[in-house]
Amino acid sequence: MLQTKKISSVELTQTFLSRIAQHNPNINAYIALDEAKSLAQAKAADALIAAGKAEPLTGIPIAQKDIFCAEGWPTTCGSKMLANFVAPYDAHVITQFDAVGAVNLGKTNMDEFAMGSSNETSYFGGVKNPWDAERVPGGSSGGSAAAVAARLCAAATGTDTGGSIRQPASLCGFTGLKPTYGVVSRYGMIAFASSLDQAGPMAKSAEDCALMMNVMAGFDERDSTSLNRDKEDYTRDLAKPLQGLRVGLPKEFFAEGLDAGVGKVIDEAIAAYKKLGAEIVEISLPNTGLSIPVYYVLAPAEASSNLSRYDGVRYGHRTAEYTDLLDMYCKSRAEGFGAEVKRRILIGTYVLSAGYYDAYYLKAQQIRRLIAQDFVEAFKQCDVIMGPAAPSTAFKAGEKVDDPVAMYLQDIYTISTNLAGLPGMSVPAGFSNGLPVGLQIIGNYFDEARMLNVAHQYQQVTDWHLQMPQGIE
Amino acid sequence: MALSIEDIKKVAHLARLEISDADASATLAKLSGILGLIEQMQAVDTTGIVPMSHSQDLSQRLRDDIVTKTNQREVFQKNAPVLGNGSAELAVAEGLYLVPKVIE
Repeated sequence: MLQTKKISSVELTQTFLSRIAQHNPNINAYIALDEAKSLAQAKAADALIAAGKAEPLTGIPIAQKDIFCAEGWPTTCGSKMLANFVAPYDAHVITQFDAVGAVNLGKTNMDEFAMGSSNETSYFGGVKNPWDAERVPGGSSGGSAAAVAARLCAAATGTDTGGSIRQPASLCGFTGLKPTYGVVSRYGMIAFASSLDQAGPMAKSAEDCALMMNVMAGFDERDSTSLNRDKEDYTRDLAKPLQGLRVGLPKEFFAEGLDAGVGKVIDEAIAAYKKLGAEIVEISLPNTGLSIPVYYVLAPAEASSNLSRYDGVRYGHRTAEYTDLLDMYCKSRAEGFGAEVKRRILIGTYVLSAGYYDAYYLKAQQIRRLIAQDFVEAFKQCDVIMGPAAPSTAFKAGEKVDDPVAMYLQDIYTISTNLAGLPGMSVPAGFSNGLPVGLQIIGNYFDEARMLNVAHQYQQVTDWHLQMPQGIE
Repeated sequence: MALSIEDIKKVAHLARLEISDADASATLAKLSGILGLIEQMQAVDTTGIVPMSHSQDLSQRLRDDIVTKTNQREVFQKNAPVLGNGSAELAVAEGLYLVPKVIE
């Protein structure tokens, strides 16, 4: 991804824009493009490069998940509610990319308000998995995922509340990282569940993700949960050998519910790590099974509160006909939100309502601590934890859309790290029946550089991350 | 614990979501499934466990009491919704947002 002078940023941006023009009508990865804006940024980047002021991502075209506000760009969060919203300011992540002269290539499709695991809840339609057009790309960062997999961008941003970077990375066959909670500022990132939401990079390789992290991470006083830590170079440990690395395998991640083909690929990846000098340690995360019930209390509760701001008064959808203020609220929200978002608002409102708070919300917060403590115990025995990122490969569009509980189980291996606030990534590890499988790597708090090292060393001896779907040449 | 249609309607009202009778019964089936999943939590003994609201044990930062943002009303009002009830104008007037009358 390093900028050489063999190709200019304008040429590179134009190449991607013409690939998008060719493939996007079919894939539906992008929901907003602005050729003039992208090319103006590319031109400015070329000037920086000519002046010798280039940084690693200067002039690199990046796809931005449509959850990030970018000034002058439509910012919809995949919802009818915000279909006409043009962001009046930049999210911190956007500011950071602008500051190094990266190019905003467009805004990518996503599950509505990031609620979904298949991109099928988007108001702007589903996204096709570039590996098999009948299948979903995963979600909620499905547009970014398909854009990376189909080479419709150099890299993309995503957000991960319960697995929304890692599950699509697994289903579309590329590298995605959800950092430690608090490492990337949430300023200007439309809120879903504020104690879980975290932005991260989605790219071909761990090295690219490390370069993205160098731009995205860092303290921002505008996000009250942004952590004030020294700036890190996430590429610093990429070249370290893995001799003596202790890899923990949680037995709960290899139990019932894991597709056999996926399990086989993960076993082979673990074998490759042994060859690289890693020691395998059996560990247990006994409360893994509870992570989904806990998540589906906490995330909807936080969402019902966060989404109460959409009332049709100052921005967003307002119904065409109404009598009084209450009628205006109820109709605007009923029309502006899709079915899954409404379901989660209802669950959240229910679990927070009088008489149920202790039985649901408080109980979930208590079990959240048990889940986090499981990881504290596990990291006494190992340096990183590995397992599958998703229980299956990409499933067919429509297969789970009417069964929310089946859809929620897609995130069984990813949600617990969000609850604990830990970093997690998905790394391409092979194929099952021609569909990509992702290996999940979970690290201890602030151990992203080590995880990237662990992924990078694997990518030096394998070429799964370089495989491309057919038909996108 | 079984949910009823009345529960769904009550919660929808609290959430300010209009819901038709047909939607309420479809929602009832799906929400009952999700609550069934959530019920698994009740089997866990959580006596004495301190609830965890956040992954980092931090207190809120304080900042100096100074102006950090300038007024951008005109920019923000460009995103105002269309007024509706027969009007295609934005729901703004004289720098204010227009809503139905709430005080008699």
